[in-house]
Amino acid sequence: MKVYDLPDKRGHFGPYGGIFVAETLIAALEELRKQYEHYRDDSAFQAEFAYELKHYVGRPSPIYHAKRWSTILGGAQILLKREDLNHTGAHKINNTIGQGLLAKRMGKKRVIAETGAGQHGVASATVAARYGMECVVYMGSEDVKRQASNVYRMKLLGATVVPVESGSRTLKDALNEAMRDWVTNVENTFYIIGTVAGPHPYPMMVRDFQAIIGREAKVQMQEEYGRQPDALIACVGGGSNAIGLFYPYIDDAGVRMIGVEAAGHGIESGRHAATLMTGRSGVLHGNRTYLIQDDDGQIIETHSISAGLDYPGVGPEHAWLKDNNRAEYVGITDSEALDAFHALCRYEGIMPALESSHALAYAAKLAPTLSKDQLLLVNLSGRGDKDMATVTQASGLTL
Amino acid sequence: MSRIKTVFASLRQQRKKALIPFITAGDPDQTMTVPLMHELVKAGADIIELGVPFSDPMADGPTIQRSSERALKHHVGLKDVLVMVAEFRKSDPITPVVLMGYANPVESMGQEIFAAKAKESGVDGVLTVDYPPEECGEWVKHLKHHGLDAIFLLSPTTPQSRIERVAQMAQGYVYYVSLKGVTGSSHLDLNEVADKLSMLRSHISIPIGVGFGIRDGEMAKAVAELADAVVVGSRIIEEIEISSKSQLMENVIRLVSGLRTAIDDVVVKH
Repeated sequence: MKVYDLPDKRGHFGPYGGIFVAETLIAALEELRKQYEHYRDDSAFQAEFAYELKHYVGRPSPIYHAKRWSTILGGAQILLKREDLNHTGAHKINNTIGQGLLAKRMGKKRVIAETGAGQHGVASATVAARYGMECVVYMGSEDVKRQASNVYRMKLLGATVVPVESGSRTLKDALNEAMRDWVTNVENTFYIIGTVAGPHPYPMMVRDFQAIIGREAKVQMQEEYGRQPDALIACVGGGSNAIGLFYPYIDDAGVRMIGVEAAGHGIESGRHAATLMTGRSGVLHGNRTYLIQDDDGQIIETHSISAGLDYPGVGPEHAWLKDNNRAEYVGITDSEALDAFHALCRYEGIMPALESSHALAYAAKLAPTLSKDQLLLVNLSGRGDKDMATVTQASGLTL
Repeated sequence: MSRIKTVFASLRQQRKKALIPFITAGDPDQTMTVPLMHELVKAGADIIELGVPFSDPMADGPTIQRSSERALKHHVGLKDVLVMVAEFRKSDPITPVVLMGYANPVESMGQEIFAAKAKESGVDGVLTVDYPPEECGEWVKHLKHHGLDAIFLLSPTTPQSRIERVAQMAQGYVYYVSLKGVTGSSHLDLNEVADKLSMLRSHISIPIGVGFGIRDGEMAKAVAELADAVVVGSRIIEEIEISSKSQLMENVIRLVSGLRTAIDDVVVKH
């Protein structure tokens, strides 16, 4: 069998990916690609990355068997890859450590980032503090309202948070604004993209940094269960935690890969962020991928209860995995995700992020249809403390 | 000969430089665009760059972003823009129109269908900001097949190897963006532009337009001393934005006529 080796030299995953940016950004991306290709194979860089992940992030993250919940669901065993236990509370830090180290080696004194839920913003502000760099985080003004505690966390870490007022005032607009900053300050600035989207080399580079999740899981599964899981389940907004888990398994045909998109108020309502389920191919944010768009090719505002999944595009590698039937993509609504959030709190004493709750909710649907000896590995990509305000509001309560 | 070629040839004979104003189609609303295009021509525009509204104009500064948002409020999309160009062509068969926008509306319509429709509507050239030369082999083929010019951007950071590549693909004119950053930024460094242009000319035989950061007659004149064409966008959009509907035409004409006079002050040597 052919070993999976995408993307190609110019960042293509079949028809997806690539570099679709204005001429003004080409030189910066070319420089980044060269530097990354160099350090990717540099043992000193990789050693420092590994050291930081172990001693600063707290890796490896354990795999936890959610026994009570599995028993209650009465089917397959649900295993959780505990990315919520990472420093800063989500998988995002794996990537920002990698890009932060690269920024340091490239001599950049300033880093910028876009953020939706604020997790990537916090993770970027964290590494900027750790490595002594100035940090500016762009965040849609809608998200600033939804994620006030993360905004304050970023400020405590020394970052400047810039609310973005253009477009739908969410993640996609924050990304636009970060790109505009980068093109203007490209000499001293490193742009830390938080997901596996954007122009090449970002989808590949972010995937490589996040692939630690799947590589650890492969070893842990073998050690603790003597075999690999029957299915991997992860939520997909841009898709970085899912790719991080999936990538090392792509050539293992016996392992199902399931990406869970935000179905918001329901696919039929039109208010969702299920890009791979409902979108079609287009070009946005520097790559060709599936997009949620209208007949004129304008990007449509998406909806999800979880700010981190509220994105009208998706990483180009997911688009490829979908078209080639290597991964399945399904939808979970806001209310299904909330149910899973509460279930994990009550039955396992773990408060999951609303993003990860989408993956959990699908696992809860799938598990009862399978036998008790089957194993589902769910990426618990982040913890839910940041979502207190959203969950109380959804429950009709005030604190 | 294409309309763009004809215009540059005729300007060369008259020893003049080209003035290329940019407006966004549908800004401030869809009824104003075609009359505004005719007025731009009367005020001295040689070529019109017509912006296609897009929901995510990543390479544009706040001024052009807002113009795009105003147009989108009226649901002006690529199809409507083509209708506007066809309407304009009914009474102006001469002035070239270049569409400037982003890839996704084109992808959505289909590259080949777009090229055919654009030609039929009377479009002369197309600049798609986020189709760099590496990603648009097919695209340029479709444009050429339908006799449309593929316009490309060059920036201060474009290395020589890419300049040569663009030189092979580009038609009509190339558009040198004179500064790093997004549209509407200030701080144009004329010395840098002069150095870069003389380098560009050793590779590129078609006319070179310069834009980004041109805000008044003085600057337009200085750029016209160096380049074949002066592109002015954000400054015109600002005028549209601040003018009441009844004053809008008059204010835009005054601004563009002023730029025309300033550019015509330049003595062109052969």
